[in-house]
Amino acid sequence: MKDPEIYGLLAEFDNAEAVVEAAHKTYAAGYRKIDAYSPFPIEELWEAIGFHSNGVAKISLLGGLLGGTSAYILQWWINTISYPVNIGGRPYHSWPSFIIVTFEMTILFGGLSAVFGMLAMNGLPQPYHPLFNVDRFAAVTRDKFFIAIFSSDAKYDPMETKQFLQSLHPSAVMEVPT
Amino acid sequence: MADLMQVEPGEQKPPVIAPGHNYGTVTDKIADVVLKKPVSLGWLGGLFVCFLILQWMLYGVTLLFFKGVGVWGVNIPIGWGFAIVNFVWWIGIGHAGTLISAILLLLRQSWRNSINRFAEAMTLFAVACAGMYPIFHLGRPWLAYWLFPYPNTMGYWPNFRSPLVWDVFAVTTYGTISLVFWFVGLIPDLATMRERTDKKILKYIFGMAALGWRFSARHWSRYETAYLLLAGLATPLVLSVHTVVSFDFAVGIVPGWHTTIFPPYFVAGAIYSGFAMVLVLAIPIRKFYNLGDFITERHIENSAMVMLGTGWIVAYGYAFEAFMNWYGGDVYEGFVRFNRFHGPYALTYMALLFFNLVVPQVLWIRKVRINNFWLFLISLDVLVGMWLERFVIVVVSLHRDFLNSSWGMYYPTQVDWAIFIGTLGFFTACIFLFMRVLPAISIFELRTLLPEAESVKHE
Repeated sequence: MKDPEIYGLLAEFDNAEAVVEAAHKTYAAGYRKIDAYSPFPIEELWEAIGFHSNGVAKISLLGGLLGGTSAYILQWWINTISYPVNIGGRPYHSWPSFIIVTFEMTILFGGLSAVFGMLAMNGLPQPYHPLFNVDRFAAVTRDKFFIAIFSSDAKYDPMETKQFLQSLHPSAVMEVPT
Repeated sequence: MADLMQVEPGEQKPPVIAPGHNYGTVTDKIADVVLKKPVSLGWLGGLFVCFLILQWMLYGVTLLFFKGVGVWGVNIPIGWGFAIVNFVWWIGIGHAGTLISAILLLLRQSWRNSINRFAEAMTLFAVACAGMYPIFHLGRPWLAYWLFPYPNTMGYWPNFRSPLVWDVFAVTTYGTISLVFWFVGLIPDLATMRERTDKKILKYIFGMAALGWRFSARHWSRYETAYLLLAGLATPLVLSVHTVVSFDFAVGIVPGWHTTIFPPYFVAGAIYSGFAMVLVLAIPIRKFYNLGDFITERHIENSAMVMLGTGWIVAYGYAFEAFMNWYGGDVYEGFVRFNRFHGPYALTYMALLFFNLVVPQVLWIRKVRINNFWLFLISLDVLVGMWLERFVIVVVSLHRDFLNSSWGMYYPTQVDWAIFIGTLGFFTACIFLFMRVLPAISIFELRTLLPEAESVKHE
């Protein structure tokens, strides 16, 4: 049941163990459009909300392969086709001397793909987000932990979901306006 | 190994974070250096002095651009003078930052979390200093873009068989990846700063720079993967950069350059001088910004031990170089050995051996390793020693060629010195600004080191 006024419900927790446990319970209760927030990365937390694999490594691999092969092909094309220079009859396609630039471009494109891929999949940069309307949410940048259930979730119900979140013993439950 | 580095009560070694801190106090203490601490006279004075030194460099560079590289002391046979000495020296200093941020991350040395941020900043500024010199050396620096392969009307391409072109790719890749690595590490802390500041304009600036980071678990998952991948990619990269720099020499046929020991020996020397620079920065920073709780004796001592270790690899390099000069049986190589001890630059070689090999041996004594004052002096000594090593490699090898007719001497001019000392001013001015503008210690990574976070630690 979608509520046009409310983006979702947010529950605040004081420590890392509590939020991980609550995240497990939220997922087990059948909520899927959920997210958790913590001041530092906690692997168990994203596992708990059912987020098991991200595509960052694949994008990085693709980027690295693209960077490496295009660098090699460029060097091969320059030295054999576009600008061949005969130096004492040595081969034009002198592959050992092309390795270093190929390597460097693999690293460059692999690294940039990992970072820009990560940002793109995270939907960043995104200066505005409804969560920022909740004043207490600012504490996630310091020492508080949060769980959000979005109103777009199939199981979402303004009353029931609120009661469910309260049953997890958070220090507060807040509504997030859209 | 990883277990040894964790905070354990009753452990003999000093902890990575002083006891009594929690998520909140760690955040406040680091963020307040930027947001709350008033601008001190010492900081202003330091920045001013560095800025003045930077002006000296601008004077030198103006003269250089106006008149050409003739204002330097370089001439055939010594076509590479201070510019290349400083290039190699600075880029080596940068290597410690990447080592700390990437290699120690992969090795799960979590103590690195308190020093990686400013070590990465140090890398960036050092690479910026290094990158200037080859461009200055071009003679026509406004044509620097010719170094890159781009379709042009001259029908020309760079020579991909030349180590100098490899260098362009290695150094620009290194600079870019270091910048990205540093910025990615900063994103969550910029978001913290966004919420910590009361000033609207700062909120706006930090908010935009943080890209709207909201600490979501999904985001963290991708973030951690990307960060780990960057570390995994930066590790071979950092080893390759100084390797490629050493190819600039090793691929040439000049006696004293044409040797296969150069790549590992250059990398070890880079880390040696880099850790010396880390200590030169960390010791005053922890003192003046009262960050002794996070940059503890453990960090200082570990860095000193890395310095001692890499110092011995460098010593091995010297010994092996000398051995190969003799064992190779080449008369010119043999002369390199003789000339280093008895030639006109013998004093620089003696000083290099003294600074790099003799003095740092006092680090075997634990009392010296944990004494900030002495360690600071020894680090300065290593920096000078490593600079001399680059001088010996570049100048001393070139000044005695195969033919007596092409022997010469190199005397640095005032402009050489201006541009060298000037980059020191540039570097320190950047560090001064960085300390006041951005969180100098990674806040979110420190949170993971706290006892509170132990129960959810994913090791």
